[in-house]
Amino acid sequence: MRLKCPANFRIIRLPCTGKLDIIHILRAFEKGADGVYVVGCMEGDCHFNTGNFRARKRVEQAAKILDQIGVGGERVKMYNLSSGEGPLFAEYSIEMDKIIRELGPSPIGTALKKKANAA
Amino acid sequence: MIIAEKKPIEEIISTISGYKRLLILGCNECVTVCEAGGKKEVEVLASALRMHFIKEGKECEIDERTLERQCDHEYLEEIRDVVDQYDAILSLACGVGVQFAAEKYHSTPLLPGVNTVCLGANEQRGMWAERCQACGSCVLAATAGICPVSRCAKRVLNGPCGGSTNGKCEINKDLDCAWQLIIDRLKAMDKLDDYEKLATIKDWSSDRAGGPRKVVREDVQV
Amino acid sequence: MSVKTSSKLEKILRAGHLGVTSECGPPRGSDPEAVREKGNLIKDYVDSINVTDNQTSMTRMSSLAACIHLKLMGIEPVLQMVTRDRNRIALQSDILGAASFDINNILCLSGDHQSFGDCAQGQNVHDLDSMQLIQTVRHMRDEGKFLGGDDINRPPDMFVGAAANPFADPFEIRVPRLAKKIAAGVEFIQTQCIYNLDKFEEWMRRLVDKGLHEKVFILAGMTPMKSAGMAKFMKNRVPGMDVPDEIIDRLVGVPKEKQAQEGIDICVESIQRLKEVTGISGFHIMAIEWEEKVPEIVERSGLYPRPEV
Repeated sequence: MRLKCPANFRIIRLPCTGKLDIIHILRAFEKGADGVYVVGCMEGDCHFNTGNFRARKRVEQAAKILDQIGVGGERVKMYNLSSGEGPLFAEYSIEMDKIIRELGPSPIGTALKKKANAA
Repeated sequence: MIIAEKKPIEEIISTISGYKRLLILGCNECVTVCEAGGKKEVEVLASALRMHFIKEGKECEIDERTLERQCDHEYLEEIRDVVDQYDAILSLACGVGVQFAAEKYHSTPLLPGVNTVCLGANEQRGMWAERCQACGSCVLAATAGICPVSRCAKRVLNGPCGGSTNGKCEINKDLDCAWQLIIDRLKAMDKLDDYEKLATIKDWSSDRAGGPRKVVREDVQV
Repeated sequence: MSVKTSSKLEKILRAGHLGVTSECGPPRGSDPEAVREKGNLIKDYVDSINVTDNQTSMTRMSSLAACIHLKLMGIEPVLQMVTRDRNRIALQSDILGAASFDINNILCLSGDHQSFGDCAQGQNVHDLDSMQLIQTVRHMRDEGKFLGGDDINRPPDMFVGAAANPFADPFEIRVPRLAKKIAAGVEFIQTQCIYNLDKFEEWMRRLVDKGLHEKVFILAGMTPMKSAGMAKFMKNRVPGMDVPDEIIDRLVGVPKEKQAQEGIDICVESIQRLKEVTGISGFHIMAIEWEEKVPEIVERSGLYPRPEV
């Protein structure tokens, strides 16, 4: 199955999205990421029962914080799919890429670059 | 335990403005358990504030530290050698911790990062509710183990008041009427006759009314 | 039971007459005319007039000041006092202030929570609760002493009342709760507005069974409905109020312009029915912002003229 998907994202693997913490999302933005999306199992199919529900809550909390500091909560998103759905994974990555391109670069990334250039 | 709630980031941003070197100081006790001011909350707040300053093009160095307790001398001493490196400390401990740190580090601004809410219990995941107001003279023996001082909106010691409806308080339909709970429990214990015992006028001098309170135990002082 | 105070209301009740009280809410301003007008409308039809104390936590002219205005007109007031706004110093002090004007009746209440009123951000006090306020007044009157133990020069001469809500939850403790107020020293009770007569009569039966009617005078609370809308509001929005559907249906069943008269009729019929109930000592007619209707209700209920004592 050769599926086309954008090459501008890095995959960070987690044993379960339940392992995800708010700080992981925020750190990515702090380092200049323009967006973060979390892909978990289908709701109700979590091997640990509530891992992906916890992840969704943490994504929502991270979004709220990003809104409060003016980075924009819409830059972080949670998707759910089952392990056999490669095409859907590709589709979500294309969708996220589109969302982020429309939003433009994160103000953090822009500020970091400006700082680096000035130095 | 002491229940606290995170202050809105916007409020924190306005209180720390102007400081160039900031220490965010968490506490490993109550505020960790109620997820308001432990190590994780320190990390998240520090990251959010760093991003805020980067975005605004302002300089502010933010360090993170979480102490075992902020209401004990020995743990607060752990930051003595670094405290002078900071313009201010943003403490995520309860009001006790913030003040104790302020007393210890007399010339360093100490800012609160949480609102201290009450003495309460973890009723369910993500929900903490008041159980005690530290009135200093416990009435629970006479009230079936349910506190009317902290759980009745009018602190009625001979309740319920006329506003109790379907077991709920007049001020909020989601709030249990403390006196309904007391009566239910008296019934369960087969002690409903005790209801007719009149609670006499309470001595509130051990409460807030008597001024700041103190427990002195000469038997354990060395 | 012999007369213990100079209260006219007490004398009437102890003489075995059905007592009639009404109430007047002080104005949200400082014009004494508002109090006097209401007093004049009803003074010949009732024995005493209650003056509410910042009811529903809306800030108003003080109950004590309004009582004084009535007293100066020769009307006997019942000073309502809530424990929400005053600590034991202020309560005792206001009791003495009232006593200095020979105000001879007091109604001890806890008061609605401040969140219902115009100062929702304010503190409440609740140093005492309503039962402890009853104990306080009785202590001041009977022992002639302050709570602190010192003697009072010319103690208050007050007939002590409290409220009771026969309809509040839980129903099973409504009678024990009354017994508790009696143990605290209450002498008369004015009840919550009664619309569910069956339930009220059940409450009366239970308290008569315990002999409580011989220890306290029960004045049944009556409030005429002005409209079907008011009845629905009382049913759904007022805490601790029991309005049966029959009342609402009866009001809805008549044209809008006749609903007020229907409300008065219901009130009069209720009084006539309750007059016959063992243990009822009188009526407390709370015609909210409708004081002009009190004379009609009193007359049609056969409670006029008021006895001379």
